[in-house]
Amino acid sequence: MSLVDHLPVLVVIIPLMAGPLCVLVERPLAAWGLALAAAWLSFAAAVALAAQVNGTGVISYELGGWAPPWGIEYRIDTLGSYVLLIVTGIAALVMVAAKESVASEVPEAKVARFYAALMLAFAGLVGIVATGDAFNVFVFLEISSLASYALISMGRDRRALTSAFDYLVMGTIGATFILIGIGFLYMMTGTLNMQDLAARLPEVWDTRTVRAGFAFLTVGIGLKLAMFPLHLWLPNAYTYAPSVVTAFLAATATKVAVYVLLRFMLDIFGIDFALGRMPFEYILLPVGVIGILSASLVAIYQVEVKRLLAYSSIAQIGYMLLGIGLASTTGVTGAILHLFNHALMKGALFLALAAIAYRLRSTSLQDLTGLGRRMPWTMFAIVIGGLSLIGVPATVGFVSKWYLVLAALEQGLWPVALLILLGSLLAVVYVWKLVEAAYLTEPRDDVAVQEAPLSMLIPLWVLVIANVYFGVNTEVSVGLARQAAAVLTGGAG
Amino acid sequence: MNFLPGIFNYLVVVFLMMAGFYVVIAQGNLIKKLVGLGLFQASVFILYITMGNLAGGRAPIVVEGVTAYSSPLPHVLILTAIVVGVATTAVGLALAVRIHEAYDSVEEDQIHAEDIAADEALMNAETTGREDGRR
Repeated sequence: MSLVDHLPVLVVIIPLMAGPLCVLVERPLAAWGLALAAAWLSFAAAVALAAQVNGTGVISYELGGWAPPWGIEYRIDTLGSYVLLIVTGIAALVMVAAKESVASEVPEAKVARFYAALMLAFAGLVGIVATGDAFNVFVFLEISSLASYALISMGRDRRALTSAFDYLVMGTIGATFILIGIGFLYMMTGTLNMQDLAARLPEVWDTRTVRAGFAFLTVGIGLKLAMFPLHLWLPNAYTYAPSVVTAFLAATATKVAVYVLLRFMLDIFGIDFALGRMPFEYILLPVGVIGILSASLVAIYQVEVKRLLAYSSIAQIGYMLLGIGLASTTGVTGAILHLFNHALMKGALFLALAAIAYRLRSTSLQDLTGLGRRMPWTMFAIVIGGLSLIGVPATVGFVSKWYLVLAALEQGLWPVALLILLGSLLAVVYVWKLVEAAYLTEPRDDVAVQEAPLSMLIPLWVLVIANVYFGVNTEVSVGLARQAAAVLTGGAG
Repeated sequence: MNFLPGIFNYLVVVFLMMAGFYVVIAQGNLIKKLVGLGLFQASVFILYITMGNLAGGRAPIVVEGVTAYSSPLPHVLILTAIVVGVATTAVGLALAVRIHEAYDSVEEDQIHAEDIAADEALMNAETTGREDGRR
């Protein structure tokens, strides 16, 4: 076997190995170099995998040469390769910006261990997407979660510690719920392989055990992806974590959780069970809509920009849940597209905040005054990211909201379409607050502020340009999302 | 009462799970929360091990005359889950130690009160700072 055949596992192994190595090399610069190399190698592997999946279809990799369903299978399909691209791409870009930002926010003695934890969190997220084994999902989820608790606790504010602890408690409950759910499925089918599960579940659909498993999985994954009433850990965790960690987690962790939801509900249980036999859409639609509106409203009243964007993240997750809840190919396409687009937007916005935090040591709204003149490139990136968040045409945010509105109208649910638009209007309000502070107020002259260093501006602007590029040239992203959605929904409607 | 022996383990699981979950929610002490979390996780271990058992089944070693074996797979899975549980507790306790260093307390109420006090102190400092600037 050549190296190319091992790509599905290499994409996970590279960051997993880089983690301990970072601890061993100890020196901050060397650890950063290692992490950077690992992230880019992993990204290259993901690109190669995506090309391969596009050319030859689903890739199945037998770990250790044991044939599935007995052995563990790594399975990359269109959806998987799409999410892999997002996660590794964001990680690669964030790593470039990490050097300066981490050096200014994390004590030097801890920098190497910081990168080690970041690599482990990254490896866990990639592993969740690559694996085709239900129990593996739990293990990788815990690898990435434990690493992210440690990462969040490294924030400068002491409240980072308590928010990491809260996240640990809620995250562990979520993960344990997922474990219980997987246990119930195993009880009824005797298998852990996802494809095998999907094939065997219809025989035992009408048992209470499977229904209980479904419920446990829904709540567990809901906790992980900050589904509306289960989102309480997210605002604090994002606010007090080091800026780079916020940018990385906001753009990847919740996206991977949405992927897990799609994988379990639509692929393993199947759309007939999730939406036909269980009232999944009656849960997801209201939860999505309430999430969008309430989180957007709360976002408007925030004075700390990081927290504002964290609440906006919860709202954006609402859009994805709504798309899944609409249960049509268009709706799921919209959800997958929004997953991709939101990673681009929030990646850009939180990286811009990292740049601001690097110069100002603060990200509160009142310190943003007049920054449009002091840090023009950074602030302009925030404006474009904000426009994308609102969903202005020619940005990615427009494309995914277009599909969501379309899906809602397809089913005659025009109130839902209206609520999506209302959510956008609320986004206008909180994005306007940023613009107003940055451009329409006089700069404070007591502090000298320069533009952020190039190593942070370049990844930031790559993401900003991606926001515009994929907003205009929708062929690739929409094509892939539609293909993945068609597979998930069985090509129906 | 014939069914009891068959579901006894599951009753234990449900009791432990709910007790652990209750402790996590009701206790304000961070260490007690972690104890509850450990209990909660332990209940799931028992759930998995129980489901691997087969009435009349033997250990999965090929011996002549034995046809029914208990499934060994849940045991293996739960070994992994136990490791995860230990790691979670370790990270949680480490965080509790750091929280104690930063706040001098592991009681949720007190930590919350200290945060609010710190916020207010900061706001006061800022307003006086601005007034000073005006003068």
